Amino acid sequence: MSSPTRPFTAAAFNQYLAERRLMASRCTACGARHLPPRAICPRCHAAALEWVETSGRGRLVAFTSIAVVPTALAAEGHSRDNPYLTGIVELEDGLKISARLLGFDPKNAGAIQIGAPVQAEFLTRGEGDQQTTLLAFRAAQP
Amino acid sequence: MSRSPHSLPRGIAVVGAGMSQFGAFPDKTGRDLFVEAFLDMQRAVDKGLDPASVDAVYVGNFSSDLFEGQAHTAPLVTDAVGLLPRPATRVEDACASGGVALRQGVMAIASGLADVVLVGGFERMTRLPTAEVTDTLAAAGDTLFETPAGFTFPGFYAAIATAYMRRYGMTPEHLMHVALKNHANGALNPKAQFAVTIADWMKGRVEAARKKGKPLPAWQTEMDFLHDDAANPMIAWPLRLFDCSPITDGAACLLLAAADRAREFTDTPIYLIGTGQASDAALHDRADLTTLTAARLAGQRAYEMAGVTPRDIRIAEVHDCFTIAEVLATEDLGFFEPGHGYGMAEDGVTARDGAKPVNTSGGLKAKGHPVGASGVAQAVEVWKQMRGEAGPRQVPGDIPLALTHNVGGTGNTAVVHIFERRS
Repeated sequence: MSSPTRPFTAAAFNQYLAERRLMASRCTACGARHLPPRAICPRCHAAALEWVETSGRGRLVAFTSIAVVPTALAAEGHSRDNPYLTGIVELEDGLKISARLLGFDPKNAGAIQIGAPVQAEFLTRGEGDQQTTLLAFRAAQP
Repeated sequence: MSRSPHSLPRGIAVVGAGMSQFGAFPDKTGRDLFVEAFLDMQRAVDKGLDPASVDAVYVGNFSSDLFEGQAHTAPLVTDAVGLLPRPATRVEDACASGGVALRQGVMAIASGLADVVLVGGFERMTRLPTAEVTDTLAAAGDTLFETPAGFTFPGFYAAIATAYMRRYGMTPEHLMHVALKNHANGALNPKAQFAVTIADWMKGRVEAARKKGKPLPAWQTEMDFLHDDAANPMIAWPLRLFDCSPITDGAACLLLAAADRAREFTDTPIYLIGTGQASDAALHDRADLTTLTAARLAGQRAYEMAGVTPRDIRIAEVHDCFTIAEVLATEDLGFFEPGHGYGMAEDGVTARDGAKPVNTSGGLKAKGHPVGASGVAQAVEVWKQMRGEAGPRQVPGDIPLALTHNVGGTGNTAVVHIFERRS
């Protein structure tokens, strides 16, 4: 018996992340795919979507190393002396997403290559009811 | 260039413009700053402003909710300047709030439902510590899909810069020249938050070190200074402090009138002949990170409505929230070809005495960026320049056409206005 389709909401997207799956939406009317998922297709305006799984493999499109950190990242221990990387990744199928970046040196941003291969990783934060999963991409072997 | 299917059914003029001092004012609220800007505008109305003639008020403000704990600000500032019970509307489109408020004022007059409109913008940002300001500005991004990735506003534009550098070969030094130019202009703007050239800033730092008996900095040139990690620290690689517009308190106001009422206020109205606005998705949803599509569309629509081309524009105030944003703006507005804008500050093309002066006010970088005020303050600058009232930073000669370009978020909103002086 198949399980009912989850609604096309941020909550459902995050629930899939907690299950270590990076899921996109696909329009059953025109075939367009969207990441993050959409409830209404931006191309043909149909509200007839389905969930599709992505491979999680991609390439770095843009990035930065952040030294003036927001409160949430300061709480994770980041600061000017301990900067972190964030960026935009293009997946194999052309979909793009914003995510943390791991496996590169935040203190040597000049050495990071746009186009570097990366693989999705799922970072757990917090405990119990407060637990969330954040999407990250780690530098991968070519 | 073909005319847009949408044109302004009535002539519209800007008949007054003014702004508060921009800076950090612990003892002032957004409301206080709005009053200052209103009074400055009122003084600039040549034949005087009878407040009874104002029909409506539009106020650009990004987040007095978070910055001051005060929402619903339109009737409050309308009351503060004595204009109740006119319809008062707050407009929010992040850093484009002011420019979009201007467009709302234009549409109110164009619709025939108003003849004379007060357009203002304000933001009071310095009450919060930097980390909380960073959080508040990040609320203009996508808090579901961008903020969890750790993006901050400098971070977004830094990511744009890394994509642009890779594609076109720009270096961080090209961006430093944009900051140098804007400070050279801002030094001549008495309302600017940082009315100082970078050279004078350096001198001040050397003097301060001398007075404290500390070792003197070794900078020989402005480039030495801008490469110094202590003096110009990294904010989000490759953007440093001097690549980023500051945190600012300030307000600006404009008085708009239907063209057939303009002569009641002034014999030198500046006509508003084109307006364009567009929206766009989050940064990761864009095909090309080296352009702001919404800004290109907004510009195209404004040019079509005005019946002019980018070459016709004599001066422009563009949204340099970060130095890279000015580079993209000049390309998106068609002043330079894609990938050719980054050297224009270094080459002097966009200087006050260059072929295409950009940000004679000092831009958001030197003038300051009180978020909701900026789009309105840009129009204040072009109004003064076109009327020959810009003082030491006046661009010489006639300025028949000028443009303002105001962007919200990472280009999720963009709004462009074109102004004309006819006499």
